[in-house]
Amino acid sequence: MEVLEAHAASEYKYGWSSDIETDTLPPGLNEDVVRFISAKKDEPEWLLDYRLEAYRVWREMVEPKWVNVDYEPVDFNAISYYAAPKEKPKLNSLDEVDPELIATFNKLGIPLEEQKILSGVAVDAVIDSVSVTTTYKERLAEVGIIFCSFSEAVKEHPELVRKYMGTVIPTKDNFYAALNNAVFSDGSFVYIPKGVRCPMELSTYFRINAINTGQFERTLIIAEEGSYVSYLEGCTAPKRDENQLHAAIVELVAHKDAEIKYSTVQNWYPGDKNGKGGIYNFVTKRGLCEGENSKISWTQVETGSAITWKYPSCVLKGDNSVGEFYSVAVTNNLQQADTGTKMIHIGKNTRSTIISKGISAGKSQNTYRGLVKVLPKAENARNFSQCDSLLMGDKCGAHTFPYLEVDNKSAQIEHEATTSKIGEDQLFYLKQRGLSEEDALNTIVNGFCKDVFAVLPMEFAAEAKKLLAISLENSVG
Amino acid sequence: MLSIKNLHSQVEETPILKGINLDIKPGEVHAIMGPNGSGKSTLASVLAGREEYEVTDGSVDFLGEDLLELDVDERAQNGLFLAFQYPIEIPGVTNATFLRSSINAIRKANGLDELNGAQALKLIREKMAAVEMDPSFLKRSLNEGFSGGEKKRNEMLQMMLLEPKLAILDETDSGLDIDALQVVAKAVNSMRDANRSFLVVTHYQRLLDHIVPDFVHVLYQGRIVRSGDKSLALELEKRGYDWIKEEVDAQTA
Ligand SMILES: Nc1ncnc2c1ncn2[C@@H]1O[C@H](COP(=O)(O)OP(=O)(O)O)[C@@H](O)[C@H]1O
Ligand SMILES: [Mg+2]
Repeated sequence: MEVLEAHAASEYKYGWSSDIETDTLPPGLNEDVVRFISAKKDEPEWLLDYRLEAYRVWREMVEPKWVNVDYEPVDFNAISYYAAPKEKPKLNSLDEVDPELIATFNKLGIPLEEQKILSGVAVDAVIDSVSVTTTYKERLAEVGIIFCSFSEAVKEHPELVRKYMGTVIPTKDNFYAALNNAVFSDGSFVYIPKGVRCPMELSTYFRINAINTGQFERTLIIAEEGSYVSYLEGCTAPKRDENQLHAAIVELVAHKDAEIKYSTVQNWYPGDKNGKGGIYNFVTKRGLCEGENSKISWTQVETGSAITWKYPSCVLKGDNSVGEFYSVAVTNNLQQADTGTKMIHIGKNTRSTIISKGISAGKSQNTYRGLVKVLPKAENARNFSQCDSLLMGDKCGAHTFPYLEVDNKSAQIEHEATTSKIGEDQLFYLKQRGLSEEDALNTIVNGFCKDVFAVLPMEFAAEAKKLLAISLENSVG
Repeated sequence: MLSIKNLHSQVEETPILKGINLDIKPGEVHAIMGPNGSGKSTLASVLAGREEYEVTDGSVDFLGEDLLELDVDERAQNGLFLAFQYPIEIPGVTNATFLRSSINAIRKANGLDELNGAQALKLIREKMAAVEMDPSFLKRSLNEGFSGGEKKRNEMLQMMLLEPKLAILDETDSGLDIDALQVVAKAVNSMRDANRSFLVVTHYQRLLDHIVPDFVHVLYQGRIVRSGDKSLALELEKRGYDWIKEEVDAQTA
């Protein structure tokens, strides 16, 4: 198993930090911090109240302990809850963007400039919590689409924010969600009007830059009747010895006949091979299929973070609504991931599909945790789940916890699970046909992930394959 | 082409090959026969570079290079091909994708331009017809759910596409019906030429009715105990392996 161990000893390629000056709050959390954040953002009274209420709720809650991960307790008072680029930019074009920032994007391989624009992607970049630039806004505005930072939405479209915020994920939902509600910094807002098909993929890159800042962004996407949007989220963070906390919220609302496709490629710093540093990624993502025939699909490729705690879920309220979850989760070295989904069937004839592919290497632990819940009124609900684990070497672990709660006899639930090991004989076979070790390994891994890559938007699929190759590679360069 | 001298190899401390000597010149077809467990597959694996077989003594020269110093993929790129006795399944990787990657890996290593999708497909379809494989196999995952015979045809397809200098066939004939056997023979015979050699491992003589070897060797207990021309295979067919076993056992007793 020498080959596999060599692969398992790979290193993080995005480990650098840029020198953009930040305006950072000293560590610690109390009501004043919450007020500071709100004031800094010039928020209306109702939002401050919302935050304060969340803060009080959070203080009464305890961190969840049921997760199959193991880590030093987070000291919530050692974290700084606000960091923003000092010169708060209000920019209309890329020319006005801090060149350092552009360099940052280039290092990330985000073609924010011409290439990406030409390929029709509008990018809303979030660095350390404040959304810096939004492209293509005008073209989107022509068809009535709103795509902006969350803070801007609070100012420009308070009625929409107020109407939907917290309706999918209530403050009390869980410990990290409550924390986010109290201290969220920025994020993205998308509104697709009735009958509009968003003419391009919307894309946001999140990135954690400053030392010891937790990132608490939140995203809200609303798709009105008969509309469609595909949203891409990419994440990465520089290499640091300290652990950093990331506790985001993503809420999706799909009305009648609407469809939201949400794709994530997550590459937060996973820590080094001895488990030092890395992001704690505790994220709450949930979509509400509010209307009949609505559809929400989550696709995620997770290669980063020291610890991942993440269950993008669908609440299938509308009759005939559809929820999908496609996931590739890679863990290497000492990474730990506990991820999966919840499909809550409420309406009639609701359908859900879960395809989860876990790849474990090194000494990592990779857990799938999924709930399929069928409520009494959900006649003819259907679910299909497929959870496959691939092990590289024999020091890593894969675990599958499928939970089923079915309260309607007409439900049809199917669950399949497999665990396999990357075989030396598979590698040998491919190498005997002339493929290098790297290519042989990537071929096997890509084959394993095929069903998920097939549903990623094309340019993202290429990026995802590259990321997978990097996170399983034995040496940099 | 290939020169094996006093080759010893073991798996987990158990010696399996105990001094193999074999010379294969360009254009020659050698057959290796022998009872089950005599070390035929081990020899093939050692030549291809499988790590779990440790070489404890001896040397192998392939086209003027020390074969044992090369990685598995370098050996393949230098023109050594092994048709597996038990081809491996790789889920999710289509046969077409795999074949193209393989063709291009070998071409690239030999300084040739890589083939684009259309060029590769044209070539693959052409050779598929030669081994009587339906084009539907292009879209299927590599060897996954293929029958024994289909897997062996797929091995022959790869051999024809990669045009190796030395092809080792490890019991490609076992478990095949007569039609499939003829496909294998046709593939090999169509590729025979003055610069290409074959090492055909087989348990039965019947394949050698169709692929006529220049030399036949009998492997028993990790050694080549007898060599001859094609008539040796016919003799084995008639008399079985017992007489050879007895002779060898008498000598070593
Ligand atoms: N990977 C292995 N581990 C342990 N023993 C092996 C291994 N491979 C082969 N052997 C042993 O080596 C001997 C030769 O096997 P093999 O080369 O497969 O013979 P053949 O192909 O002639 O039937 C047998 O006794 C077999 O059990
Ligand atoms: Mg054998």
